[in-house]
Amino acid sequence: MSEPTSFTFDAESQALIDAAIAKYPAGKQASAVLPLLDIAQRQMARVAGSAWVPVVAMDEIGRVLDMPSIRVYEIATFYFMFNTKQIGRFHLQVCGTTPCWLRGSDDVARACREATGIKGYGESSEDGMFTLTEVECLGACVNAPVLQVDDDYYEDMDAERVTTLIAALRRGERPTPGSTIGRQSSAPEGGPMTLNTIPAE
Amino acid sequence: MLSDQDRIFTNLYGIRDPFLAGARARGDWDGTAAILARGREAIIEEMKASGLRGRGGAGFPTGMKWSFMPKVVGDRPHYLVVNADESEPGTCKDRDILRHDPHKLVEGCLVASFAMGAQVCYIYVRGEYFNEAMALQRAIDEAYAAGLIGKNACGSGFDFDLYLHRGAGAYICGEETALIESLEGKKGMPRLKPPFPAAVGLYGCPTTVNNVETIAVAPTILRRGAAWFSALGRPKNAGTKIFCISGHVNKPCNVEEELGIPLKELIETYAGGVRGGWDNLLAVIPGGSSVPLLPKATCDTILMDFDSLREVKSGLGTAGVIVMDKTTDPIKAIARLAAFYKHESCGQCTPCREGTGWMKRVMDRMVTGRAEIAEIDVLERVTRQIEGHTICALGDAAAWPIQGLIKNFRPLMEERIAEYKSRKPMQMAAE
Repeated sequence: MSEPTSFTFDAESQALIDAAIAKYPAGKQASAVLPLLDIAQRQMARVAGSAWVPVVAMDEIGRVLDMPSIRVYEIATFYFMFNTKQIGRFHLQVCGTTPCWLRGSDDVARACREATGIKGYGESSEDGMFTLTEVECLGACVNAPVLQVDDDYYEDMDAERVTTLIAALRRGERPTPGSTIGRQSSAPEGGPMTLNTIPAE
Repeated sequence: MLSDQDRIFTNLYGIRDPFLAGARARGDWDGTAAILARGREAIIEEMKASGLRGRGGAGFPTGMKWSFMPKVVGDRPHYLVVNADESEPGTCKDRDILRHDPHKLVEGCLVASFAMGAQVCYIYVRGEYFNEAMALQRAIDEAYAAGLIGKNACGSGFDFDLYLHRGAGAYICGEETALIESLEGKKGMPRLKPPFPAAVGLYGCPTTVNNVETIAVAPTILRRGAAWFSALGRPKNAGTKIFCISGHVNKPCNVEEELGIPLKELIETYAGGVRGGWDNLLAVIPGGSSVPLLPKATCDTILMDFDSLREVKSGLGTAGVIVMDKTTDPIKAIARLAAFYKHESCGQCTPCREGTGWMKRVMDRMVTGRAEIAEIDVLERVTRQIEGHTICALGDAAAWPIQGLIKNFRPLMEERIAEYKSRKPMQMAAE
């Protein structure tokens, strides 16, 4: 899909925008530029099936926040989470930073490529279902390696579980995020060694 | 071994209810009004006496930082900004606070803001922590609905607003002035200091930026007393800390322990030991990717606190412990960090913008050995030219891991280069 010719926030987005701008002092509405870019990207995902921010949406954000468009453009390109080009329906984001790499992020990336037919990072599958991106440290290092799908972290991954996850996504399922080996969040495998004497409320 | 009774984050793993009912049952929001009634000065004095040092990496004394804010609120409002932009490789402690113990943070925001005369606080959460931000927002909404924050917070007469602000993927925004820029709706480029944020911060107003863990431990310290907290840990390195143990251990995990716990005990007691046994250990990065790695000999005896790690020219940083066993190629491990810093440099200062890219390219060649031995010294010299020559510490953070590598693994780097040369003498000659 090429750049659309126009963009308007829908009612659902508008409610979020009003709440976002209200967080900042009068005259400091530029603070809401990150929230508004995020709202625009989510609207595109919701309405058009691809989480990205077209230039016309940035122009609209500039109008709403009374900022020059160029300032919105430079924000949109500075922050890594905004996609300035159309992406696939699912955004596969492989953490490749050292803590994940030590525990096999190369295998996770390879499994993503094999399951989707994508050749390399930054590309999308031919069916438009998936885009593969390498991301920097996701901050879930004790559950490495991590594959983030849209907003959700799938943790303690290996190649086989990546393949299973991608097959489930193809079927329209959304497996529960978190550890894929049944760990209790960041507790060690096998169960917590601390906090076991804290009474249940 | 720290007893559960002395642990602050009693729902670290999210086994219990993270929200208001569960938080109250674990002691949060107990007597908050009475804490506020002690007054600004008394709260700051208690924090100073506790010996708490900032948990975000720099280890600056928290009570002293709070005392830098103007004593009287003038024309410009005061702000507290909580740094939840947790992105330091190896670090995932604030994530557990946000999703599993968010009321500790919300209550801490109220108490700390009150102590600094700030009636508005923003919590800047990294954009990738979407689900964590949703949990925190729910806790904020609960606190408003229960009258714990908002107008007349906890019945104290103090009006206090707390807002969540989500980032959008930029490691640099963990630097406090970059975070302020980002919060103002700009690119996250660090500001020159001085002026420091306590004088000119968010919207030009007096501002303190504190890490999530620092703020979240404050209410417990104020409830149980500075004497309790300072009795834990070691002198000048008081209290407990969440450690994140990742990499080549049998059971990676987060755990709250006393500062000063021996690294070996930390890894063997809580993380199931090094994969293949302690003798299979190669090196440890003890405090997130920005601190120099420790060779095994140092790991045998080192204590995990600010001053002990500084003595061996490394640092506690965020206490993100990245363990590498002997199967690791340390050159590749550090080269991947060089790629990280290149990706995350904001591009403002030339030594960092150009230097991180240059270091990454040289490090990539060092991984395969496609380099000259003399280039190791050139690389070392370049790191020294980046270090200390940039507005913020990202340049330092990019330089130190490489310095640590050269200091501890130079023979391996030389061997790699010699091996490459012996394997491909003809290509080298042809180039």
